[in-house]
Amino acid sequence: MLAEYLPLLLLAVVAFAFVGLSVLVSARLGPNRPNPVKEAAYESGILTEDVDVRQSRFSVRFYLVAMLFIIFDVEAVFLYPWAVTLRSMGWYGMAVMGVFILLLFETYYYVLRRGGLDWD
Amino acid sequence: MDWIEFLLVVVRVLLAFVIWLLSTALLIWGERRLVAKMQVRHGPNRLGPFGVFQVLADGAKLFFKEDITPRGVDRAVYFAAPIVSAVVAFLTFAVIPFGGTFTFAGREMPLQVWDPEIGLLWFLAMSSIGVYGIALGGWASGSKYPLLGGIRSSAQLISYELSMGLSMAAVFIWNGTLQASEIVAAQSGTFWGAVPAWNILPMSPAFVLFHIAVVAEAQRPPFDLAEAEGELVGGFNTEYSGAKFAMFFLAEFMAVITMSAIIVTLFLGGPSGYSFGLEGNWLALLQFVYFVLKVLGFVFIFVWLRGSLPRLTYTRLMDLGWKVMLPIALVWVLLTGFVVTFQQVGTNQSFFTVVAVVAAATLTLMILAPFFRSREPAGDEGGGGGGTPVARPPAGGGGGRALVPATETSPVDVDGGRTTEREPETVGAPRSEL
Repeated sequence: MLAEYLPLLLLAVVAFAFVGLSVLVSARLGPNRPNPVKEAAYESGILTEDVDVRQSRFSVRFYLVAMLFIIFDVEAVFLYPWAVTLRSMGWYGMAVMGVFILLLFETYYYVLRRGGLDWD
Repeated sequence: MDWIEFLLVVVRVLLAFVIWLLSTALLIWGERRLVAKMQVRHGPNRLGPFGVFQVLADGAKLFFKEDITPRGVDRAVYFAAPIVSAVVAFLTFAVIPFGGTFTFAGREMPLQVWDPEIGLLWFLAMSSIGVYGIALGGWASGSKYPLLGGIRSSAQLISYELSMGLSMAAVFIWNGTLQASEIVAAQSGTFWGAVPAWNILPMSPAFVLFHIAVVAEAQRPPFDLAEAEGELVGGFNTEYSGAKFAMFFLAEFMAVITMSAIIVTLFLGGPSGYSFGLEGNWLALLQFVYFVLKVLGFVFIFVWLRGSLPRLTYTRLMDLGWKVMLPIALVWVLLTGFVVTFQQVGTNQSFFTVVAVVAAATLTLMILAPFFRSREPAGDEGGGGGGTPVARPPAGGGGGRALVPATETSPVDVDGGRTTEREPETVGAPRSEL
């Protein structure tokens, strides 16, 4: 059974080999003349103090988008097995999934009205 | 599995790998030439016939460039991000059938790396992992432009992944399968004896949604906000150089080919086409040619979009994804399910149950709708009633503009004139703007 995955494994090995070798070999091939200015973070050519931008804050809206994404992506995940088996489930399957989708649509409408999807 | 079979597996994997790598190289050259023509320039035309070796020259140059690692980076993640991006780009095309089935020594060799039953779920999974490469690359660089670019593009990618996944779900319902080869098989035959029975006709709304979503997923113009050169220098890959940069570049352009191939597989019957009475290996070869032609058509559209459309602002990008495409995709999925069930079962007693359920749900939604107030300033709450303001005042009282709409205040001029009073708290960029 595992033989089924052989081509995928081979492709992964080839891809990793190609990418890994490229990165490693190129690091050896190129010149290596570091200096403090070159190693600084890009700032339009202006010398600045080193700051850790990873500690900085960014808009909470991105968090909101991520949460909403989870909701609808989970919905999509539930849709795939249903999509394949719908023909054998008939109207029962349609009704059950219809209720599920409508519930989420209501959630969507609520978020929309509360301005959760506005970016300005 | 004997050794001939194993050899055939190796051959078809290597074939796929080489074809995709070569076509990506050709795409980079072809795109530069085409965009140049659209802008009344010549484009690269020095190296080789029509400048086709320019890509090789550029690639070789990148390999011999200094591999700079800035001070502020998170080394492990910084190193891993381009590798993740490129490897995932290679793995994505595994499930795409790109030609017919060849027969060698009594054994079949389909031109498709891997044909599992979960099929296109693999494509969705890989395009989700692709977000990591970009988000981590931007985050690990320890520099503000890559961080902004990385956050922006991860939000963009996950937003359009929804419409992409849902429009694919409609196709899965229509064809009743996830397997790529089965989806292609379901599109054989004709409508009314003349028009090929491709999904693009019955599933045209899904096709339009999917096409838009795919352009956004590939981060191509007009959705290339991740690397808006005018604002973010180069986006998430600003701090990368040498082969690491080349890997991001490769992944991005390979995505154009893979996405076009996925569109062709889902909506244009994959490698199928008129056989001209050919059989066996010749037919398989002809189908490969059909596939290449169809993919080239979509690749051309990608380039055409880049040549003609200006970049969207971030506000519009998010509005299009969440407020337009997502609801349409949801409704289309429901509609497709309804039609398919109707074809399969027809009307019986449970049909009316479904109609009753849908009616009840719609009614509930309509009754509840007025209670879903849009957010208003606190003072307005009492007098408004009904909660249906058309022109909504800016959300919240905080006043801070949450995100940088690409056209207005640039987030990047912290070193301009106004740093003095903000200096203590700005790390990278003013917090209300980053």
